[in-house]
This record gives sequence, structure tokens and C-alpha cells, in this order.
Amino acid sequence: MTVIPFDFRPGTLVESAGVSIRILMPKTRLSLRARTAAVPAISRALGVAVPEKIGQRASGEGANAETEILCLGPDEWVLLTDVEQVGTITAAMDAIYKEHPHSLVDVSDREITVEIFGDKATDLLTLGWPRNPLSVPIGEARRTVFDGASVVIWHDSETSWRLNGWRSFMPHLLGLLVTGCRELSAE
Amino acid sequence: MLLITCPYCQETLPEAEFTYAGEAHIARPADPSSYSDEAWRDFLFVRSNVKGAHFERWRHFHGCGRFFNAVRDTVTDRFLTVYKAGEPKPDLAKLLEDAE
Repeated sequence: MTVIPFDFRPGTLVESAGVSIRILMPKTRLSLRARTAAVPAISRALGVAVPEKIGQRASGEGANAETEILCLGPDEWVLLTDVEQVGTITAAMDAIYKEHPHSLVDVSDREITVEIFGDKATDLLTLGWPRNPLSVPIGEARRTVFDGASVVIWHDSETSWRLNGWRSFMPHLLGLLVTGCRELSAE
Repeated sequence: MLLITCPYCQETLPEAEFTYAGEAHIARPADPSSYSDEAWRDFLFVRSNVKGAHFERWRHFHGCGRFFNAVRDTVTDRFLTVYKAGEPKPDLAKLLEDAE
């Protein structure tokens, strides 16, 4: 029998002196696959300069300030946005589909995002992440591996990170992170 | 743990992000039906199994997701070079000379 120890309700999961973990409110995630030649057209359609270097991200301005786009691979991006914006984005992307065929898929349900923040947030990540966290500059993100599961880790500031992973891996990942929080606070 | 450079990400990353994908530069025959059983068996299963510099495929599975090629010394595990899929096979003699 599978026991899922977390119900993934948004809110604080664990709080300690050094590091806290919070499950973030659901956001719309769109997976975008397109050829590099389509990037200028997509940037115009979205109103966001689509980054072309793997790991770099960009945010929108004004009305789509909530929109973030991250380059995951040479032809792959992920778009985070508000639920209200989805209609506008899909309509804009539909309009350029004929000239620039692409795939834009709503994968919101697939992933859970948690925020890890506090002075020891970076230390906590070393628990399951085989690379040096500081090799990801602030303001960038990487798809990588965390204790065996594929995740995307966003470096937001010196003391705050976001980790999003597939829902089915989250009980395992959060279990590890919560244990890690306890260990760090026991020091 | 091996440190592998992904030619797409241009970063040197831990092996845990990658998966091995067998020997590189094995092209599927254009017309398999003209092959004898022995030749087909060799295409499917028989690999060079070299001791020394080995041309092999890797995939940056937990990352950009791309397949790429690498030349690795099977004795020392040293990577001589990595290059994107579809690029021509590098000259081994020159690689070995550079590695000296």
C-alpha cells in the first residue's frame, strides 16, 4: 500500500531557525517545444524575451509580470504563469503556429513547487543534489537530479530557492528535505 | 563519480545527471533486408568493446535531455572530448596527442 505523507496543501511545511520549506500556490506551467528559429516570433507573441541559453530565465512586464520563462534545453522551455493569463498566451501562440510550428502543453498538474528559504537553504540542497548549488547563479535555474528524481531548481536569491518536481516524487523529496531541516536545526 | 561536460549546456556536471547510451557512430543500415543474418546480428549486438579510447553516446537525462557523443578512455575513465550528436567523428590520433 502506498502511503503519501503529504497532502500538498499550499502553506508552510516545516519551519526552523536555519531553513523553512513552504509549498507554493498552484501556478500554470506550460511546456513549450519549438525550433530555435521560432524564438524571435515567440518572444513577440509572449511579450517576453525568450532566453536561448540553457538555464537562463526571463520574466514579463506589466500585465504579464507573473509570467516566467525558463530555457530547459536547446528546443525546450517551461512557462510559469497565472491561470488567468493562459487564454491570452495560447491565443497568441496559436496565431504564430502556421509559420512556427511548436508544441505548447499545459503540464500544471504534473508538478509541485516548494520554496526553500533561510540562511541554511543552500546547505539543505546539498543533501540530495550532487552538484555545487552555487554553480547556479542567482536569477537562473537548472533542470537537474535531486536524490534520484528529476527536478527543476530555481535560484531566486542568496537565501531562497524554489524546487519543483513531479508530483509522484514529492513525498520522497519532501520527506528528505523535512528530515534535512530537522538535522540542520539540531546543529 | 565522473564529471561529464554536456556540449549543449556547456557545463561540467556530475555523472548522476547523465545516462550512458552505448557505442556511438553505429548507423542503422539503409536497407536491412539486403543484410545476411550474420551481418544483421553484428549490427544489432556486436560492439567493439575497446580497451582505451571509446566513442560512446551519453544522454543528459536530468538536464537538457539531449543525446551527445563522447570519447572516453575505458581504462582511465578520462574523457578526451565531447561533441554534439550529428557532428563528425573527431580524429582519434589528434585527440590522443592533445591528451598527452
